[in-house]
Amino acid sequence: MATKGKVKGIISNLVTIEVDGPVAQNEICYITLGEQRLMAEVLKVTGDTVSVQVFESTRGLKVGNDVEFTGHMLEVILGPGLLSRKYDGLQNDLDKLTGIFLKRGEYNFPLDKEQKWAFKPLAKAGDQVEAASWLGEVDENHQPHKIMVPFVMEGHYTVKTIAPAGEYTIEETIAVLTDADGNEYNITMIQKWPVKKAINVHVEKPRPFKLLETGVRTIDTVNPITEGGTGFIPGPFGTGKTVLQHAISKQAEADVVIIAACGERANEVVETFVEFPELEDPHTGRKLMERTIIIANTSNMPVAAREASVYTAMTISEYYRAMGLRVLLMADSTSRWAQALREMSNRMEELPGQDAFPMDLSAIIGAFYSRAGYVYLKNGKTGSITFIGTVSPAGGNLKEPVTEGTKKAARCFYALEQNRADRKRYPAVNPIDSYSKYLEYPEFEEYISERISPDWTKKVNDMKTLLQRGKEVQEQINILGDDGVPVDYHETFWKSEVIDFVILQQDAFDAIDAVCPLERQEFMLNTVMDICRHDYNFDNFVDVSEYFKRVINICKQMNYSEFHSEQFEKYVGELNNLLAERQIAEA
Amino acid sequence: MATKAFQKIYTKITSINKATCSLKATGVGNDELATVNGKLAQVVKIMGDDITLQVFQGTEGIPTDAEVVFLGKAPSLKVSDQLAGRFFNAFGQPIDGGPEIEGTDVEIGGPSVNPVRRKQPSELIATGIAGIDLNNTLVSGQKIPFFADPDQPYNQVMANVALRAKADKIILGGMGLTNDDYLYFKNVFNNAGVLDRIVSFVNTTENPPVERLLIPDMALTAAEYFAVEKNQKVLVLLTDMTSYADALAIVSNRMDQIPSKDSMPGSLYSDLAKIYEKAVQFPTGGSITIIAVTTLSGGDITHAVPDNTGYITEGQLYLRRDSDIGKVIVDPFRSLSRLKQLVAGKKTREDHPQVMNAAVRLYADAANAKTKLENGFDLTNYDERCLSFAKDYSNDLLAIDVNIDTTQMLDVAWGLFAKYFKPEEVNIKQELVEKYWKK
Repeated sequence: MATKGKVKGIISNLVTIEVDGPVAQNEICYITLGEQRLMAEVLKVTGDTVSVQVFESTRGLKVGNDVEFTGHMLEVILGPGLLSRKYDGLQNDLDKLTGIFLKRGEYNFPLDKEQKWAFKPLAKAGDQVEAASWLGEVDENHQPHKIMVPFVMEGHYTVKTIAPAGEYTIEETIAVLTDADGNEYNITMIQKWPVKKAINVHVEKPRPFKLLETGVRTIDTVNPITEGGTGFIPGPFGTGKTVLQHAISKQAEADVVIIAACGERANEVVETFVEFPELEDPHTGRKLMERTIIIANTSNMPVAAREASVYTAMTISEYYRAMGLRVLLMADSTSRWAQALREMSNRMEELPGQDAFPMDLSAIIGAFYSRAGYVYLKNGKTGSITFIGTVSPAGGNLKEPVTEGTKKAARCFYALEQNRADRKRYPAVNPIDSYSKYLEYPEFEEYISERISPDWTKKVNDMKTLLQRGKEVQEQINILGDDGVPVDYHETFWKSEVIDFVILQQDAFDAIDAVCPLERQEFMLNTVMDICRHDYNFDNFVDVSEYFKRVINICKQMNYSEFHSEQFEKYVGELNNLLAERQIAEA
Repeated sequence: MATKAFQKIYTKITSINKATCSLKATGVGNDELATVNGKLAQVVKIMGDDITLQVFQGTEGIPTDAEVVFLGKAPSLKVSDQLAGRFFNAFGQPIDGGPEIEGTDVEIGGPSVNPVRRKQPSELIATGIAGIDLNNTLVSGQKIPFFADPDQPYNQVMANVALRAKADKIILGGMGLTNDDYLYFKNVFNNAGVLDRIVSFVNTTENPPVERLLIPDMALTAAEYFAVEKNQKVLVLLTDMTSYADALAIVSNRMDQIPSKDSMPGSLYSDLAKIYEKAVQFPTGGSITIIAVTTLSGGDITHAVPDNTGYITEGQLYLRRDSDIGKVIVDPFRSLSRLKQLVAGKKTREDHPQVMNAAVRLYADAANAKTKLENGFDLTNYDERCLSFAKDYSNDLLAIDVNIDTTQMLDVAWGLFAKYFKPEEVNIKQELVEKYWKK
């Protein structure tokens, strides 16, 4: 019999309950308040007193209200039909909710029970299977959506029967499995999984080594992220976090994109709702919404569900990864999630850590990031979850607990800088402070050498050295004055400006420049590094800046022109003539 | 508040501190209102039969045998068309000597709009102030604060914006307003003859600070009534949100909560977001636009209040005194309206985005020239022209006393371009130059 309880105390959304039976940590319960049932999660158990966080407003709740425990943790429902949907943090389909305002205690089933799916069996009677084995597939928005043995089933099973190809709803039995003792299990297209537990159905999780192309030069060329890699984007407000994140989610070469809008502006989510059904996926030409799932828990939605939203998003990502797909998960912003943790920890009167965040914040962030990754599945196929989170550091100060905790967990760091944003140098990613640890992986170097060219990483490193050198020289010029330094200092500085304007800066609102495919990035880096490698004839510093401004202008026009179009080649010709004017021939 | 016959009266208070008092009671709901010797209070904590009440007016003079009556409901506001033209205190009670409002009783701080039911904002709000309309265009359904030092004339600018914006209703939420500012608003609205469009909820510095916590929710509940029920365009003015945050800090401190950055409660972001996110464009035509004021201390925007606000709102506006022309201007560099691209060039003339950018770029060149001048370097002819342009630009467009429509603003800008520059120095698309350049 399910455990029951009665409300004993209320402080905001933290409620204490006296229970009459066993409860589990993180178990879900429902508090009855008149007609409404409010969902809550167990946070702490002391004897028969249980503290729960309620995912809704607790207004009007009274001592003595009845509570019913469910016996399970917060779960999501996994099955075909998740793509293109817009959920709240608890996986309620927002489109199915009635009325303009969100009603307290209104929950719904996240999938369509009526829709029929064209099922194709992949397994046959007599096959040995285990959790996550592929039994069949349906076509979900042109993705091969695998119907798998539910992840919760432990041990080995034999396929007794499997449904023939045909149209089925998600609740119809598509296979019957038997265990060693002859017990039968009916399998449908849907299964449940508790969000706080990682789905581990792979045999191996190697270090990620394949480039995930995003079409953003300052990422792909300068600090690449990998399929199954992790990255984070911290930045003060107004530095272009959202634009950069939208660019990545629109352009990345992924099969499934999941966006967790966690505690951010509602109008930004609306923008995604409006744009994604219109925009095309640059890789397949289909509408972006077809490959996207949005988990929206905006800043005015219940705080406790914010934490749930990122776990819901991660669990759905893991489900698609187990099908052998490449998933990109974006969370904006993980700071809001951390703040939700802080609010609860505070109400529970836990001893606070730095900035009043809970002591285990960095461990929680680390555990979450570790759920991403590139995996080999048991059938030899691969799948990946690439995770990029944004961080909103208080006061733009990167020495705060969320940023520091994330820095330990994520392998790529894209530091948005106020100074670059003020000078309209977008994307405002600081090339020197940012890093990608994947550049140091030998397996990545091997991969990228094959995909682009063997000397690629060397070129990228040379470019970074030039940027660093340019910055140092600029500081000296600022101190000593334009004519207080040798002319070749100006040359060094302007070469770094060429890199900045042509490679680092990119116009996210220009139809052509917004997406820069890898071969084009290679061409531009080669062009720019070729410019930087040469020495030039200059008599005075005024000539240097004027000359390089012309170089930059031509290169920018190249960025705005279709690759290898007539116009593009015209600019290449112009550039070569201009370079010939002053370049000193190599000895 | 008259007590009713069936209501139970408690008379034994067990503890009292500066903002809250506790007593033993049963059958009490969370967030419920109560009166303590006639003073309004709200339930903030329940532990068994121990009830903690936050007393809005402060606990001064409350004896341990005070009469406590629970009212059985959360704070609410009676809404109807009768709200128009009236002034209320933080509890929604008239303070203008007029009659009580008759209408539906609605709990304040109601639920959020389902994000899929929102419409993308797309209607321009014209204010006549070029520093806003030209450079930082406002859109209905937007939320944007002025970041201002206390000595800047933000209330005057806000009153002007309110009067010129073609809103059906203007709702003023005054938190910690000085009495002078309150009277200023009252006079301005009175003189403009627009009182029937205005609803005011006012907490002045003479009222207890904790009462302020009710003001934004009161104002927004009234706003939702007009926007949802009447499909009206509602403009909500909240001044000053820093006073609101200070009141939050006071309460959380009294309740022994652990403070986070700048002594503010850890929930500051959520508390502010809950208010600002009420700004919305409804598909049925109604909208709520929020213009707020966040006062800064010494221009510091890294303080927890402006910092959290910046992450929530869709841009911010800065005022600055321009000593060259002796007027207050809307700072074109630091101000930002994140929604302007939804209307600029679409709802306004095609050349709007390019003219706006070109003018700001030339103004930046002027700032560089000024630095050169201050450092004792020689100015080029271009520098000189930039400086002259900047002075005119500041005076004719950025100053807050400007009141013209957007097309006129664009024409003025083209006029200034032609006066000081050659077309190739302005960097605007050729076809626009051909069409609009003043010969």
